[in-house]
Amino acid sequence: MSRKVILCRCEDVTLADVQHAVKLGRGDLEEVKRYTGFGTGPCQGKECLREVARAVAEAAGSDPAALSPFTARPPLAPIELGVLAAGGRRPGSSTRK
Amino acid sequence: MSGRGSSNRADVVIVGAGVMGLAIAYNLAVRGGRRIVVLDEHYLAWGASGRNGGGVRQQWSTEMNVRLMQESTELCAHFAEEMGINVWMRRGGYLFLARTKAAAERLERNVGLQNRCDLPTRMIPLEEVRDLVPELDTGHGASGGASGFVAACYNPTDAIVFPWPFLWGYARAAERRGVTIRTGLPVTAIERQGDDFVLTTPEGRLTAGRVVCAAGAWSPRVARLAGGALPDRPVRHEILSTEPLKPFLKPMVSVIESGLYLSQSLRGELVGGVSMPEEPNPDGEVRLGSRLDFLTTMARGLVALMPRLGHVKVVRQWAGPYDVSPDGNPIVGELPGVPGFYVVCGFGGHGFMMAPVVARHYAAYLDGEPPHPFFTAWRADRFGPGGAPPSADREEMIIG
Repeated sequence: MSRKVILCRCEDVTLADVQHAVKLGRGDLEEVKRYTGFGTGPCQGKECLREVARAVAEAAGSDPAALSPFTARPPLAPIELGVLAAGGRRPGSSTRK
Repeated sequence: MSGRGSSNRADVVIVGAGVMGLAIAYNLAVRGGRRIVVLDEHYLAWGASGRNGGGVRQQWSTEMNVRLMQESTELCAHFAEEMGINVWMRRGGYLFLARTKAAAERLERNVGLQNRCDLPTRMIPLEEVRDLVPELDTGHGASGGASGFVAACYNPTDAIVFPWPFLWGYARAAERRGVTIRTGLPVTAIERQGDDFVLTTPEGRLTAGRVVCAAGAWSPRVARLAGGALPDRPVRHEILSTEPLKPFLKPMVSVIESGLYLSQSLRGELVGGVSMPEEPNPDGEVRLGSRLDFLTTMARGLVALMPRLGHVKVVRQWAGPYDVSPDGNPIVGELPGVPGFYVVCGFGGHGFMMAPVVARHYAAYLDGEPPHPFFTAWRADRFGPGGAPPSADREEMIIG
């Protein structure tokens, strides 16, 4: 049976991936995000940020409260290009979305 | 750096741990015999090296750039093997599209130059464009179309890469050869001490025989610390990335008139940007905030280009600075008035793809070898006191 622990479900980043990144000297969430790709999928870290932060703190032996989250990038939630192209309106509809 | 003695002295200190600074450090370390330190205010990939679109193309309008990028593309193609790190390189080519006759003529002229440099670029008919990227609305045929393209050119050997592993690869290889890389450490002062420089950081002072400023769009600030002046300016550019899709888009697609570009990474995401009007920036500060205006402009451009993308979701947008010189060409070599202080900036949004080749020649130059011709063409003293740049050899193919 596999003992693989997935932390970021969008990008399949495992606990071992995060521990490896910390071992290579990536101590904060911005760097761990870039090295592992966690938080770059459709949920943009909304599901996994806390779990990854806990794993980073544990692996680095640091205080979880001292870890800052990575910069949140817009949009807040995934938006269809067609909606953005129509200026926030669903193409063909007259009501504002 | 807090200690005293010889460990406080380096032969070469490179300010900026972006791809250019790290690649110069690596290439210089390979030549041996020097203590090299790289300093950066932030972490690897914080700046433009971590924010660019990962395009690696050889289609340019000047022979200098075509030939340099042919060499750089080959260096990129061997990077994974040599450095032992996957850079997700994919050679799907670059497809340029033109809407106007003037742009079409420029493409034709450039293709002629590129062919003389043995690049297999060619003008391709719009029927072939549709075969290459069936999702494009080429504005051709009975139904017409919104995009109205009149010409296209394609070079199959251009590529895209994932930028971040280049930094880790160069950094690891440089460290293995004895280079010290310190991140999270800003340089707050650079003073002369005889022939040396003394750099101040929050962790103490560091003496350097020579300083290389590889700080990209932040270079003018670093040059000012050393008592020099640089004429380049930061221009905010933005990129968006979509949800991952099944691989469908082979080439990087770029529209000349709008500066729109779009590629599909090996992760499946669509990644692209578009030209926006340059915002006034009298204080020369680097601005990295994201704007809704970019998101909607890019979305309109993409949906017009490929109507089927209307239902594809954007998951992320971000900004990075183009480092733009008055004539659009880079600025390299010793800074006038500051002997021993070297610059490598002004790459106008294309520094990432050029770094592998530029850094290689830069290390040779610092090592005392006869300089590559770009050191003459892009020398720092070409901008007169009035700042009037020469108009010859102006690169036309600045995208995004």
